[in-house]
Amino acid sequence: MYSVEMKGITKRFGPFCANDHVDFSLKKGEIHALLGENGAGKTTLMNILYGIYGCDEGSVRVNGQPVEIRSPGDAIAHGIGMVHQHFMLVNNFTVAQNMLLGIKDRFWTNLSQVEGELAALSEKYKLIIDPKAKVSALSVGEQERVEIVKALYRKADILILDEPTAVLTPQETEDLFDSLRSLAQGGISIIIITHKLEEVLAVTDRVTVLRRGKLAGTVQTAGVTQAQLAQMMVGHEVLLDIQRQENQIGGVVLEVKNLHCTVDGVEKLQGLSLRVRAGEVLGIAGVDGNGQRELARAIVGLLPVQKGSIQINGRDCAGRSVRAILDEGVSYIPEDRIKDGLLGEFSIEDNLILQTTGAFTRKGIFSRRSIRDNARRLMEGYDIRASSSTQPVKLLSGGNQQKVIFARELERKPKLLIATQPTRGLDIGAVEYMWTCIERAKAQGVAVLLISTELEEILTLSDRIEVIYEGAILGGVDGRDMDRLGLLMAGVRTEEGDHAET
Amino acid sequence: MLKLEKRAALAGRAGVIRSAGAMLAAILLAFLIAGLFIAAIGVSPLEAYGALFKGAFGSTYRLSETLLRMTPLLLISLGIAIGYRTGMFNMGGEGQFIMGMIAGTVVYLYVPAGPVLTTALAMLAAMAAGAVYCGFPATMKAKFGVSESIINIMLNYVAALWLSRLLNSVLKDPNGTLPQTAMIDKSLYIPTLIQGTRLHWGFAGAVALAAAAYVVLFHTALGYKFRATGSNIHAARYAGYDVVKLQILAMAISGALAGLAGCLEIGAVQHRLMEGISANYGWDAIPVALIGRQNPLLILLSALLFAALKVGSNAMQTACSVPNNLSSVLQGMVVLFALGSSFFVRYRIRYIKPKRGEGEAAHG
Repeated sequence: MYSVEMKGITKRFGPFCANDHVDFSLKKGEIHALLGENGAGKTTLMNILYGIYGCDEGSVRVNGQPVEIRSPGDAIAHGIGMVHQHFMLVNNFTVAQNMLLGIKDRFWTNLSQVEGELAALSEKYKLIIDPKAKVSALSVGEQERVEIVKALYRKADILILDEPTAVLTPQETEDLFDSLRSLAQGGISIIIITHKLEEVLAVTDRVTVLRRGKLAGTVQTAGVTQAQLAQMMVGHEVLLDIQRQENQIGGVVLEVKNLHCTVDGVEKLQGLSLRVRAGEVLGIAGVDGNGQRELARAIVGLLPVQKGSIQINGRDCAGRSVRAILDEGVSYIPEDRIKDGLLGEFSIEDNLILQTTGAFTRKGIFSRRSIRDNARRLMEGYDIRASSSTQPVKLLSGGNQQKVIFARELERKPKLLIATQPTRGLDIGAVEYMWTCIERAKAQGVAVLLISTELEEILTLSDRIEVIYEGAILGGVDGRDMDRLGLLMAGVRTEEGDHAET
Repeated sequence: MLKLEKRAALAGRAGVIRSAGAMLAAILLAFLIAGLFIAAIGVSPLEAYGALFKGAFGSTYRLSETLLRMTPLLLISLGIAIGYRTGMFNMGGEGQFIMGMIAGTVVYLYVPAGPVLTTALAMLAAMAAGAVYCGFPATMKAKFGVSESIINIMLNYVAALWLSRLLNSVLKDPNGTLPQTAMIDKSLYIPTLIQGTRLHWGFAGAVALAAAAYVVLFHTALGYKFRATGSNIHAARYAGYDVVKLQILAMAISGALAGLAGCLEIGAVQHRLMEGISANYGWDAIPVALIGRQNPLLILLSALLFAALKVGSNAMQTACSVPNNLSSVLQGMVVLFALGSSFFVRYRIRYIKPKRGEGEAAHG
């Protein structure tokens, strides 16, 4: 008996295919992991099940009945509950008051009745929670429990948990898993979206692995190893024919030693060290959220360095301003291009002069002509397609937006290029273009630090690969040893794991 | 069922035309609806609006009064626009205007250094006072994230109370009984632009500053950095801009312009500081800047519109006995509709027939 059957689900965002004919099934009372790298399409698939997106193709059955889920309201009506990564709770309401949110057809509320029902639910599924507690007074682990209880309170018998352990301590994770097991015994079917292999092995019955929007396979958890899962998750298929050139390697351009950074009280970088030389691409692989973003931000001076050193061209750069660091010959492709890389309302030509405004003035006044000439040259050189250089960049496609950033950053003739997630969400043509740009920069002797969760990208472009895990480099990978790469990404240190400290 | 639909954004000229059209339509609509109110009290709206127009533009003197009123509105709203472009909302124009008046008056009264130098010093002192008065909340916002609007609004009241306090103590005219200062020396009066009117050179200066603000904002590197910061502060940080400095600088300029407006009001119009002197210019400048889309050239037009409404509605009151409250209604309508129009530039409302049985089908 299947609680959920999804067949041939396809979802496209423009030219990007987030789910490509994915099949997924959930048995009654099982705990099922949906595993994959970032951008593999896990969340998209679940958002379709929960009615946040409609799918372009495919069919969904719930408890054997074909259904059409057009909104989260429909999903709830079919007994599907979702616990998002970011909790949807009202902090200064009590647990019981939170239960009433979004429940229709009830004008008068009877809180003590709700509290009673909650106590019964907690009892039944061993989800200990005080209905009268204010949410703001609860720990993160308890809030997670409130979210689960909220779904159960709405009569959900199918639970979707999106990265439930991302913010939990190890003990809270254990408690959560205990609760999930008793829920499953009570007949609730559970889907966990995750990319943590050890959790998959610890708590699930079956695993479905997605890779680049496609189904990589569904297996029984019993009898599968971390290494096998990592292999399924990572895969290796050459999608693009980009030849990595071996290059004359020059001197050290970037040297990071024992870097420590803390964001909001959490130590995101814990003694990270790495070294990039002129003319090489160092690829930093790793599962998202292991300090990639912080590493890039610390190097360019956007994040204060707590301990450790950053040297660029032999000069100490820790603690200097962003301006001063960029002036050392650093170019930066931020992972969130809309938020951090572009002025959406501004035209293409104006975006192209972001760091070099001074070069386009005559007696203090902008020379519109030289700005436009610059834009025309770069739009041609980097194949930026737009009706005119005065078009606001927010109206461009993702690929063309990213080309604007590449044009601007590479045009400054950097010595060091830091590229974080340079092709996230781009279609295949644009991906190829960005990769060629990075390859070309390398050929010109630029030191490239490529930080990406897309393994394909790392494997295609990197001369050396190192894996970041929990804010430090866990190890390097020689050649294209996929098993070792997968294990390192999962945080498993292998025998030969010591050549990280180069 | 009514549905909101996002319109495709128009680039370049087409977008400007659409916005301008929407704005004109909004203003006309405001006059139309206010006209209904006027008709409801038994006055012909056409006659009333005729009186309003004549009152604002009907003679050289009338026009000069309108432009006189326009001057402080223009300066303060230019300042608001410059701050706004960096992502800061200066709602403290009123307080900065008052502080400018106080600082200017003190120099006018107590620094005898010849007409030119004293006037220059008075203006500088007023601008400095405004800059500091606006720079403080801006610093709090840029460095610590405290709402600059709230602090500024509070500071407006602080300024008004300080004015009152000073006028009842140290600044009080020793030869008088009212809470006001002595008159400044006649030699310090800012000269008039047209004989027989009160319109002064400050107006010409304000218009020149509007042009300058436009050039700085849209044709210099500094203005670009201001706008970049306001448009996307994250990208500005990534580009290595010192966004804290840029925001504080823009707000200091903003306050300085309001302070300057205060000094002109003393040097050219009132010639002395007294209680209740400010006539709400600082508050009125906020809708002026908003309707002028934070663009110095458009603000020239919106400041003129507001000044004309103010001056003209007095005439409308005397000529057609339309109560003053109704002209406030008219001004309120203009603000409401003009600001609302930008919504219709971005969205359209469509009526969609509800499909029967849609809800049930989903559960089938």
